[in-house]
Amino acid sequence: MAFAIQFVIDVLSLGGAYALMALGLVIIYGILRLVNFAYGELIMVAGYTMFLASGSGLPWIVMAVLAVGMAILFGIITDYAAFRPVRAKSVTAVLITSFAFSNLLQNAALLFISPRPRNVPLPDIFSQTVSIGGAITPVRNLITIAASLVLLAGVAFLMRRTTLGIAMRAAATNFTMARMLGVPANLIISSAFALSGFLAGVVGILWIGRIGTVVPGIGLEPLLVAFIATVIGGMRSLPGAVVGGFLLALIDTTLNYTLSQDLLKFRDAFTFSLVILILLWRPDGLIKGPASGQRT
Amino acid sequence: MKHSYFTAIILIGVIAAIAVGSQLLGIRLYDRVATNLLISLVLVIGLQTFMGNSGLLSFAHIGFMGLGAYTSAVLTIPSQMKGMALPDLYDFMKVVEVSPLLAMLAAGVLAAVVAAVVAYPLMRLSDAASVITSFALLVVLYTVMNNWSAFTNGPRTLFGLPKTTDMPIAAIVAAIVVIVALTFKESRTGKLLRATREDEVAAAALGADIPQLRWRAFILAAFIAGIGGALWGHFITSFAPKAFYLKETFLIITMLVIGGANTVTGAVAGTIIVTFAYEGLRGTEGALNATALGAGRIVGLTEIVLALAMIAVMIVKPGGLFPNREIGHILTRARRKKETVA
Repeated sequence: MAFAIQFVIDVLSLGGAYALMALGLVIIYGILRLVNFAYGELIMVAGYTMFLASGSGLPWIVMAVLAVGMAILFGIITDYAAFRPVRAKSVTAVLITSFAFSNLLQNAALLFISPRPRNVPLPDIFSQTVSIGGAITPVRNLITIAASLVLLAGVAFLMRRTTLGIAMRAAATNFTMARMLGVPANLIISSAFALSGFLAGVVGILWIGRIGTVVPGIGLEPLLVAFIATVIGGMRSLPGAVVGGFLLALIDTTLNYTLSQDLLKFRDAFTFSLVILILLWRPDGLIKGPASGQRT
Repeated sequence: MKHSYFTAIILIGVIAAIAVGSQLLGIRLYDRVATNLLISLVLVIGLQTFMGNSGLLSFAHIGFMGLGAYTSAVLTIPSQMKGMALPDLYDFMKVVEVSPLLAMLAAGVLAAVVAAVVAYPLMRLSDAASVITSFALLVVLYTVMNNWSAFTNGPRTLFGLPKTTDMPIAAIVAAIVVIVALTFKESRTGKLLRATREDEVAAAALGADIPQLRWRAFILAAFIAGIGGALWGHFITSFAPKAFYLKETFLIITMLVIGGANTVTGAVAGTIIVTFAYEGLRGTEGALNATALGAGRIVGLTEIVLALAMIAVMIVKPGGLFPNREIGHILTRARRKKETVA
């Protein structure tokens, strides 16, 4: 029983984080049909903001808000630096500019801060554990589950009930038509980047809470997770991203428990091979989103 | 078709000029830079055969280069050294020792076979999903190289490869690869593939089997990457898996994209420009680190400048320096125009 609870909590907390990461990526992809390679660096930005603010003596929650704010700001900067100048030209051009922008941010962190890991301030609650039904689990896992549920519900509400959300979904379905009906394109795209940055900031804090330090390359793993989750779930569907995130967490956790120590080193290889198999069966991902094409 | 021969002659001329020039100068450092350039050229043209013709970005290329480098290493490290260099190697492999040329071919073939098996399902994917899965493929290949200690010595440095790659060999392989890439581009598969790049729906309506065409190009690209990896391995003689990851991927994509992914000429031009820019920046970085102000702390400056250059090129000229036409084509057109004017 304790094992079952442990397993469920592991899957839900990892899945919640994965789902938020995937959601942040798919919000951009849904509207622009463009992949943001610099997405992982938003998590890095959140981490370094925490590190730089740690000497200031501010309460932790203020630092966290500051970190999320910086992630939002850099999300919007990504739009201006890497997407807006080239998005009408070609898909490959945008993939390359966002890849270059991601490299730029990483190397800037390398040059101006340090290649070595830096400690991030965390409240005590992140390192405590509790016992639920005999299973000992870190409190941060429960925080992750709670935060992801609140945020997923919040995003669902935003997308379904607010003018901004409806405009974003309209833009994702038929960009030209939405513009003709008076949806301001650039504003919608910038808001999508801001929302993506917000999710990356929150996930960044939860993610770094597991490790406690930040390095310039920290964004790679979340980026990969988000990539794979969106591909499994269906590139254009928001529920798909969430399903993909939880499914990937289920696969990862199961492999963690079942693989022997020797094979565990290859876990990523197993996970991605499984993903290739899923794609063989359903090339469009599990959930099909609205068809969309234009982005100008 | 005629201007293709012309392009081949010009590009091979450029390669020969680099090779002969560095031999004449006789400076060791320059020789190293030039050999490195020619090896990068092999890799970048390999990437061009897939990316340029299909229009899909592939991140997995460097992974196949790593596969080639390790294959060739396992086949050529002298058997008396294997106990030290690869302590966990399977027994039956310990006695194998083949000539570097044969090993290079084997490296290419193995990379191509792996690509053929793994990539077939991936070629069915649409644009963004295919890019993402190629990125995942790079991670898979890297994870395997990093952990399969028996063949790769794990994350530690593998040493003891015979140094068989020198300037003339690199130049010859680069010249052959130029010819292969141009031939492929003008072949039936290449032409159909370029049609799918321009308009997927129209090409499919004409009967182009898109996954099949992309698959062929991907295998060819992996084959060339494997050869390039073997060539590089025997030049550098000791390396670790982290040599085949994102930093190198970024570098060869920068080379191809700045030059122009759609043309072989662009691949050659981009490689030459970026190599010199890279060496120049590295030199500056080293000089800054030597001063009191830098004090060995300047890292990543080269990459920052390259990233800015890449973004700038994408904004100003999204197709790169040679977006559509090969150099031979441009020159014949210029000459013809002059004739009509006269």
